[in-house]
Amino acid sequence: MKEDSGSKKLPALICLVGGAILLIWALALDFSGSKVGYRGALLVIGLIGIIMGLYIFPTLKYHRTLVYVVFLFPLLFAFVVTVIIPLFLGLFYSFTNWNGIRYTEFVGVANYARMFRQPSFIWSILITALFVVFNMILVNLVAFLLALLCTSKLKGMGFFRASYFLPNLIGGIVLGYIWQFVFSNVATKIFSGMKYSMLSSTGTAFMAIIIVYVWQYAGYIMLIYITGLNTVPAEVLEASNIDGANAIQTLFQIKIPMIAPTITICTFLTLTSAFKQFDVNLSLTNGTGSVADFLGQYLTNGTQMLALNIYNTAVVENEYAFGQAKAFLFFIILACVSILQVRISNKKEVEL
Amino acid sequence: MNRKEPTSRVILKFVIAVIIAIYVLFPFALVVINSCKQTADITSNPIGLNGMSIGQLMKNMNDVVNNPNFLFWHAFGFSVLITVLSLVLLALFGAMTAWVICRNKTKWATLIYFTFIASMIIPFQVVMLPLISTFRDVGKFVGIPMLQSVPGIVFAYLGFGGAMTVFILTGFIKGIPYDLEEAASIDGCRPEQVFFKVIFPLLTPVITTVTILNGMWIWNDYLLPSMMLGQNGVVKTLPVAVQAFVGSYVKQWNLILTAALLAIIPMIVLFLFAQKQIMNGMIEGAVKG
Repeated sequence: MKEDSGSKKLPALICLVGGAILLIWALALDFSGSKVGYRGALLVIGLIGIIMGLYIFPTLKYHRTLVYVVFLFPLLFAFVVTVIIPLFLGLFYSFTNWNGIRYTEFVGVANYARMFRQPSFIWSILITALFVVFNMILVNLVAFLLALLCTSKLKGMGFFRASYFLPNLIGGIVLGYIWQFVFSNVATKIFSGMKYSMLSSTGTAFMAIIIVYVWQYAGYIMLIYITGLNTVPAEVLEASNIDGANAIQTLFQIKIPMIAPTITICTFLTLTSAFKQFDVNLSLTNGTGSVADFLGQYLTNGTQMLALNIYNTAVVENEYAFGQAKAFLFFIILACVSILQVRISNKKEVEL
Repeated sequence: MNRKEPTSRVILKFVIAVIIAIYVLFPFALVVINSCKQTADITSNPIGLNGMSIGQLMKNMNDVVNNPNFLFWHAFGFSVLITVLSLVLLALFGAMTAWVICRNKTKWATLIYFTFIASMIIPFQVVMLPLISTFRDVGKFVGIPMLQSVPGIVFAYLGFGGAMTVFILTGFIKGIPYDLEEAASIDGCRPEQVFFKVIFPLLTPVITTVTILNGMWIWNDYLLPSMMLGQNGVVKTLPVAVQAFVGSYVKQWNLILTAALLAIIPMIVLFLFAQKQIMNGMIEGAVKG
């Protein structure tokens, strides 16, 4: 590194000084209130210049530290700006009357208190909980049965696996519209007993969302169960076979206990993803559905889950601070439930 | 497990597998069939094949592709651009961050790592509203618009995808023997050369996994682009375009299904070519995440 230190010093200095000038120029433009279009480019080029200069500066003692800082910077900067700052800002805004742009007064816990007096929100919490429970059970059950089917020796298994997984490739918005068509135009024609679309009443529309969700998600969870089942050693299965265990005994006493970690992963995945469900909910029913009487009120958001409720509160009804407070409750519930679930699963795994 | 299964059971299993496959693929078949029809034929018989013609498909496609609310090529182009840029930058910056976290045994590195892991539990809904106002302010400050712009949304994906990417990559890099790097630095490699010449090439398998996971998410994501780009902005991704289009056509099913078909095709084509990699990537991501 020594022989080229002289030749590198000059470009390094040029980069440093040039970068600094550009940066200061950009900031000066910024604070002088000028709105010229090339300001952003100046800032970025200036920053890159300074970093480049420091980086090729040959005699710098802390070269390794500098490389570390430069390496960490881009992702960490993006992470802080997109996650950390909005998280704390959001926490603060949830105690104000923020309207998406500015706030004028500090309202304390009024937003939090208000949401528990809103029957439509409580309804959303309840049906989300119901949805999560149904989904955790159904997706895991269906996926596990599919995995058993797909690990037995069958011709064309690769094709079946791929086709069961296929729905998971497509985004929830598109799937929701496809299924809206299936429920409202096709199902009513195929099943003669079905006079009205499943989407037209709250209870059946809720079932419809579950059907779509299981259809979409089971293939993915199936893949994870297949991987888990393939890790069960062949010798163990053979030994149980020799000992005279039948298929069902092998399943319950060997396969299921041995894939307990996989079950933990899958329940965790289904739990969190069902809880955050938004896309299918939006495109399939858009949260509509009437509820005649809930806590003394007539509701029109029968199938509106929490995520959609938060979105509508903020974006559609323009109550940003209220929506933000709801989002925080959502976060707290999600965090508690997932921590609890991991704890319980870990305990069970140890016992097995 | 050499006990032979009776033939009847094998056949039964096969039949079950076929029935499930038909059930799973049925909606896709409906999309294909009905995007070749007129609305009248769809409402009279959505399952039948009568009324199908290539000409009608072309007509539907033409109507959809050039619809001002959909603009397929426009949205498709932006989707590809946003996804590819985000994936390349996530892989590169993610690997850099993960390597520093692994090789730098200070309190700071550990703190950063655990912050990343802890942040994975944060749902997007919690940060989405303040995110918009933060981005508006940052955009005003640096002079680059962050909302309704490609750099802005790529930056957001870097922030949101970073945690999972770093987590998976860190797990992999921990398994690479440190001797390798020592040997390289004795041979006169600077730390950054060690990373780019020795470590980065070794990461190919795990970067494939990360790229598939992030790619599936970014390509199909709706909420983040709809919040950041808006429904009627110039820049829009495919899911946003589909939503904007369907919202404007209440019950013209032939057009809606053609739009769905167009939105599905890129992913299906990709899946046909890289089926193994996609499925393995999804599994590994789940098991490690």
